[in-house]
Amino acid sequence: MADKKGWHDLMRGADLPPATSLEYKTGSWRSMRPVFDASNCIHCMICVAYCPDMAIPITKSEEGVVGKGGRLYKGAVRLETNFDYCKGCGICAQECPTKCITMIREEEAVEASTK
Amino acid sequence: MATLQEIVSKQVPLAPGHRMCSGCSIPVIVNTIIAASDKPVIIANATGCLEVASTIYPFTAWKVPWMHLTFENAAAVAAGIETAYKAFKKRGKMKDDVNIIAFGGDGGTYDIGFQALSGALERGHKFLYVVYDNEGYMNTGNQRSGATPFGADTTTVPAGTMSIGKTQWRKNIVEICAAHRIPYAAQATAHNTLDLFNKAKKAFAADGPSFIAALQPCTTNWKYDTALTMAYSKLAVETNFWPLYEVENGKVHINYKPKERKPIEEFLKGQGRFRHLFKPENRHVIEEMQKMIDEEWERLLKLEESQVQI
Amino acid sequence: MSVIKPLSGAQAVAEAMRQINPDVVVAYPITPQTPVVEYFAQFVANGLVDTETIPVESEHSAMSATVGASAAGARAMCATSSQGLALMWEVVAAVPGLRLPIVMPIVNRALSAPINIHCDHSDTMGATTIGWIQIFSENAQEAYENMFLALRLAEHKDVLIPAMVMQDGFIISHGVENVKILDDDVVKKFVGERNPDRFLLDVKNPYTIGPLALPDYYFEIKRQQEEAMENAKKIYLEVGEDLSKLTGNKYPYFEEYRIEDAAAVIIVLASAAGTAKDAIDEMRVDGKKVGLLKPKLFRPFPYKEIRDAVKNIPVIGVLDRSISFGSYAPLYTEIRNSLFELENKPKLQSYIFGLGGKDIFKNDIKQIFEELLSGKVNPEEQKYIGLRG
Repeated sequence: MADKKGWHDLMRGADLPPATSLEYKTGSWRSMRPVFDASNCIHCMICVAYCPDMAIPITKSEEGVVGKGGRLYKGAVRLETNFDYCKGCGICAQECPTKCITMIREEEAVEASTK
Repeated sequence: MATLQEIVSKQVPLAPGHRMCSGCSIPVIVNTIIAASDKPVIIANATGCLEVASTIYPFTAWKVPWMHLTFENAAAVAAGIETAYKAFKKRGKMKDDVNIIAFGGDGGTYDIGFQALSGALERGHKFLYVVYDNEGYMNTGNQRSGATPFGADTTTVPAGTMSIGKTQWRKNIVEICAAHRIPYAAQATAHNTLDLFNKAKKAFAADGPSFIAALQPCTTNWKYDTALTMAYSKLAVETNFWPLYEVENGKVHINYKPKERKPIEEFLKGQGRFRHLFKPENRHVIEEMQKMIDEEWERLLKLEESQVQI
Repeated sequence: MSVIKPLSGAQAVAEAMRQINPDVVVAYPITPQTPVVEYFAQFVANGLVDTETIPVESEHSAMSATVGASAAGARAMCATSSQGLALMWEVVAAVPGLRLPIVMPIVNRALSAPINIHCDHSDTMGATTIGWIQIFSENAQEAYENMFLALRLAEHKDVLIPAMVMQDGFIISHGVENVKILDDDVVKKFVGERNPDRFLLDVKNPYTIGPLALPDYYFEIKRQQEEAMENAKKIYLEVGEDLSKLTGNKYPYFEEYRIEDAAAVIIVLASAAGTAKDAIDEMRVDGKKVGLLKPKLFRPFPYKEIRDAVKNIPVIGVLDRSISFGSYAPLYTEIRNSLFELENKPKLQSYIFGLGGKDIFKNDIKQIFEELLSGKVNPEEQKYIGLRG
């Protein structure tokens, strides 16, 4: 409780400034991890629209990024999953039309990254 | 027509770090609807999954003005916000235009919040009411609501040796709302982003109250794998369990007609809440469910064809 | 400048609301509050105010919509009585925690069952522990002026909690008396505009109001609310002084009526105090040293100040217009608590009177005084005035 504010220092009436949840990293909930294969992605945005945790960031690319079939995909393109928040539900992998996302066990991912 | 690229490029109202269950589709519904607003939004949220999991103090996931008061009054709170907005406009205290949205779960809408909703619709406040419908009191662990489907196992009406679970069909909340002669009411889902977005657009453009019921499959209490949320959302539509339609100025328009409707078993199977229906002695329940779904669909087609006002 | 108008208590409060001209008024009728919202609705219909009104479908929604409007930034009001207060209670209890300065006139009426439309204080006495400022009014004049006092107090930056302004159902709400009405401009200047530091319609500065707070924060947030209540007690007197400059009347925590040399004192809230004053005047003519203390501010309760005011009174009778079943009556409880620190405490007697609108007469008051003066009192016994055996 040491880092929690006392009653004098809290905003009146339990009011909160916006988006403080960014400090709460739900990535620790994850038991399965989505592995994204950018080379097979068509940037259709289905995974982005369906992600319940806003954990698939996008950017606007004028020059384009290389995706499925070596093609350049321009406009809104997805980036690597934000593992600070991804809960590992697997909706992205389930719904991906090109199957460019696969779910692996979180321990495997951690092992792979430490090897 | 907006593309998926355009929709996901909009600023989302929710920040990550919220504590809705893994695989929950509520944030998808909220983000899609608010993406359709070209004005700043103000949210009134009933007690329920969305409210609890998005604002566990000192964390809030909301980037937009947001309020929670109690369980059964999101529509009345929204009515108060809308009236304050009108007063501020009239008195020159405010220039911006806004869209006011109330979010409630099915418990807060079909059941305990129904009176406040009906009153707000009748008075004609210009706001959008959205029910994210997970067919029960899911925040508190799967209790029966007026939205729970026939045959579902809940903790307050459990399936057992003498029980098939719920023995009533759900309320038709969209038609009930439309019967208030509001300009726009619609039924949508989490998975059909474009359909939901377009409905929200129409709702915001309506000159008066609007209502959207969005089916929100619940991984935790429908009891299926977290990855399958959108799959069940689609199956609900493909089986005609949850048709996509809208009621504009009282007239029904069906947004999607499955070429070949799938049998209801396809939606039921794999969901823990319907597992008991697959016992031989409960076959008749599935048959009865299929019959009701088909009759409801026929009725909906007739409403569309006749253009009789609801 | 001011004018004298013959007004009922309900009209007087509606008149105050007309002069305040809130952004939003939410109306749902309940006897005997109904004329408050009716008179106000007519002001709107006739263009005397430009308030937006919401004619809701229940008291629950009445308070909910008032809260929505207030959180949105509006100066928002609603009014109620009895069952209405009971129905909206869930939301009423949430308002102080949200720190919204809603002012709600209450026309006191007995709570069911049995159903009854007449005055007692059982409705608001059921809402004394949740963090609303409560101000009782003896008559229409006080009800009228207390509306301005309550508004400035509730909206004060160091307070920001809601306030109820009470008047007795029918006795005051429907009885006509001469009321001194301030000039509209004077009121307008006194109440100013609500100027919230954050509000939902300020869309460029979004914030969250009404989150879930668990054991790690709930307690801290409620402690803030108590601080606001403590501040309200101080600021009540400050606002009262400002208001006094306009009305010439005083706004102490309680009114003392001929108690300096009194051998017996009655403590009673609201309209019965008027009856008591008449009884006292007559008894004083007969040489009986009797007096009255009438609390005006009931929440926050002025314990210390009451203790100082009555410490030398030999015997006190406390008259409650409600029962707190299974415990001491609400006002009696507070008076007992006020006296705790005194070494030589006045003798005390608890009386219940007037439930469900049963009249209390001057002679009843005189008999109570005679009993008090005789010294035959029992602080453990609750006596009932005008009750058939």
